[in-house]
Amino acid sequence: MAYVAIADRDHEIEHHDPQTFITKYIWSQDHKVIAIQYSITAIFVGLIALGLSAMMRLQLGFPDQFSFINPENYYQFITMHGMIMVIYLLTALFLGGFGNYLIPLMCGSRDMVFPFLNMLSYWVYLVSVIILLISFFVPGGSTGAGWTLYPPQAIMQGTPGTDWGILLMLASLAVFIVAFTMGGLNYVTTVLQARCKGMTLMRMPLSVWGIFIATVLGLLAFPALLVSAIMMLFDKTLYTSFFMPAISSMGADPGYSGGSPILFQHLFWFFGHPEVYIVALPAFGIVSDLLSTHARKNIFGYRMMVWAIIAIGGLSFVVWAHHMYVSGMNPYFGFFFATTTLIIAVPTAIKVYNWVLTLWEGNIHLRVPMLFSIAFVFTFIHGGLTGLFLGNVTIDLPLSDTYFVVAHFHMVMGVSPVLVVFGAIYHWWPKITGKMYHEGLGKWHFWMTFLGTYAIYLPMHYLGFAGVPRRYFAMGNTEFLPDSAQDLNAWITMSALFVAATQILFFVNVIWSLTRGPKADPNPWNATTLEWQTPDTPPKHGNWGHDLPECHRWAYDYSVPGYEDDFIPQNVPADVAPAGRDHGEGH
Amino acid sequence: MSEAVLDSGAEIEAPGTKGVVDDFARDKQVFGVPWGKAMMWIFLLSDTFIFSCFLVGYMMVRISTTDPWPFPSEVFSLTVFGTSVPLLLIAIMTFVLITSSGTMALAVNMGYRKDRNKTFWLMVATALLGATFVGMQAFEWTKLISEGVRPWGNPFGAAQFGSSFFMITGFHGMHVSAGVIYLLVIAFRVKNGFYEKHGGNYEIVEITGLYWHFVDLVWVFIFAFFYLW
Repeated sequence: MAYVAIADRDHEIEHHDPQTFITKYIWSQDHKVIAIQYSITAIFVGLIALGLSAMMRLQLGFPDQFSFINPENYYQFITMHGMIMVIYLLTALFLGGFGNYLIPLMCGSRDMVFPFLNMLSYWVYLVSVIILLISFFVPGGSTGAGWTLYPPQAIMQGTPGTDWGILLMLASLAVFIVAFTMGGLNYVTTVLQARCKGMTLMRMPLSVWGIFIATVLGLLAFPALLVSAIMMLFDKTLYTSFFMPAISSMGADPGYSGGSPILFQHLFWFFGHPEVYIVALPAFGIVSDLLSTHARKNIFGYRMMVWAIIAIGGLSFVVWAHHMYVSGMNPYFGFFFATTTLIIAVPTAIKVYNWVLTLWEGNIHLRVPMLFSIAFVFTFIHGGLTGLFLGNVTIDLPLSDTYFVVAHFHMVMGVSPVLVVFGAIYHWWPKITGKMYHEGLGKWHFWMTFLGTYAIYLPMHYLGFAGVPRRYFAMGNTEFLPDSAQDLNAWITMSALFVAATQILFFVNVIWSLTRGPKADPNPWNATTLEWQTPDTPPKHGNWGHDLPECHRWAYDYSVPGYEDDFIPQNVPADVAPAGRDHGEGH
Repeated sequence: MSEAVLDSGAEIEAPGTKGVVDDFARDKQVFGVPWGKAMMWIFLLSDTFIFSCFLVGYMMVRISTTDPWPFPSEVFSLTVFGTSVPLLLIAIMTFVLITSSGTMALAVNMGYRKDRNKTFWLMVATALLGATFVGMQAFEWTKLISEGVRPWGNPFGAAQFGSSFFMITGFHGMHVSAGVIYLLVIAFRVKNGFYEKHGGNYEIVEITGLYWHFVDLVWVFIFAFFYLW
């Protein structure tokens, strides 16, 4: 019924083609337009967060040189940087952006199953972003509680932004979750119910698998954040004591009693850890497709890759308390959560080995998307290995809340997914816009970003080992830190500013491509997946013209022996071209 | 619903787990239900996590608080003809809500029989029972507030009692209220022939019913964990 139902909607869609500029590009129900709206909004707030990190680095590298950075707004920069990057940029961009664009095209559907809900999802997301941005301008400024928003300090006097900032932050999160839920239900239902004829689950490109499982994680993990946001709002506004123990504030008794701060940490990290994989799994999926396409080789161990995604998704729900080893929870928990955490290394390592084996003896084309993909494998291994240190309780205790942690999570869920984001944008740019980008500029952008991130984050590991605590506004005269730690900090700041500045190259490339870029071939990379086989580039509303595609093979028929081209698109029938190694079928 | 057309290759069945996986992964919808129904199920799964987090949070603060927890059957009692009957109102509320699930189930049945009139009235009855529930909840809130129960404290014991009570029953009451509106919208669409114009398909009644039964089921858990514990 999957394709029967879609085919039924065929004539309906043709009759409802949007006519005016407003229905086509603003109040659009087309998944591709919504994807672009999501992406532009996410990248816009991401740039604000990048600016905030530059401000933090200025203070750390050159303490007290800048009058516009004081301890209060330093904490506000830190908080907003973290929250924006994790939720409003990466989650929105991977799921709202790439999820929206790729799922219907790669599954051979005309659109998401409920386009109106999908449109609503974007506009509600925009509202959450606006609420977030308003918090910069309210009295007292945005919240400075750290992105984890731990109570009691998040809502106590003395933390920046306890008047309005924290309220707007929590409200914005709640609205974001509503938006995500509307989109997420669409993505999951589309993947499950609306694939084209022949597109079995085990023929889906790994990009779709990664986005699909990440969305499922989101639908199950965001509820915990919603609940903790609501409870904290009540603690703040109604003086309930869910998270607040009896406490004295500035010599006065604010009237709290008997709440549990640890409860917030549990709820937050029950969301927070799956969130890491909400960001990572789409990156895993997309990078698998990019590596395979540009190495002209089928992905190694497709079925294992799918199972690894599912296993990582499942395990991500039982590791949350490894963020809380120093919280004072029952020490036996540490043993359990360290064990589950280290078990995640198994499916993750399977994925890494498979990426490397996909490259092995491949016909590697070092185009820009491929460079970013290979770089991802480097940074991800790097961040993953430091994760093994932090996953063990005894090693985590001394490293906890040092720059080692900062370096770890930036490598693994900052740099790595962002490299994939860039790779994916360069890869699908010709399909999205119909124009080619400038290869040379793209390569410059890549090398400066890639090498620059190592210049930033490698030294941070040393700072962490030396014991430099994270989130501190200034180190002061600390005896256990050598003076050279400050030199390293200055170096990191210089590198960070350099990397931030080189992102201009990307935007120059975007403008160059849109104004004078050459017209793109419909399938410039000779890729097999369905989105490259659309009749129009960029695809029109309804994606497929009159007839829906039929899928006849898995997504990785590259360099199949005995066939003239080195790729066979998924919609080429089996009697025209031989099937490669189709792991997806039961024969 | 039409038959799933199978890809010729996919009909070969492998033994064991692989066969199960292949069967799920086949060239068909994973779940043999309309899109709307699948989406409602997934939404309810997500909503289950919300209510679970609320209930777990409530249990946790009930353990962590240092003050004694009020005795629910005393706090939630009504005085009828001079005798105090514990949990009387809650028992009536629960009865009303479960009855509404019954009328909803009948409405779904009548929907599939395409009996628009009966479907309409059964859905309206369900909505009325739901509204009665919300009304009684408002009465209960009023009673507790008049006795001095507030989100930040109450005369009976731990402050978290009032906090959790207002938060959880409030969140559930919002679900019921939304359900009442949802039921009425669909009921009137059934009545004025909206679905006749769209292929005469009344699955939407069942989808509405799924949501309604879910809200009902959640109440059973709230009843058990909040009022009986």
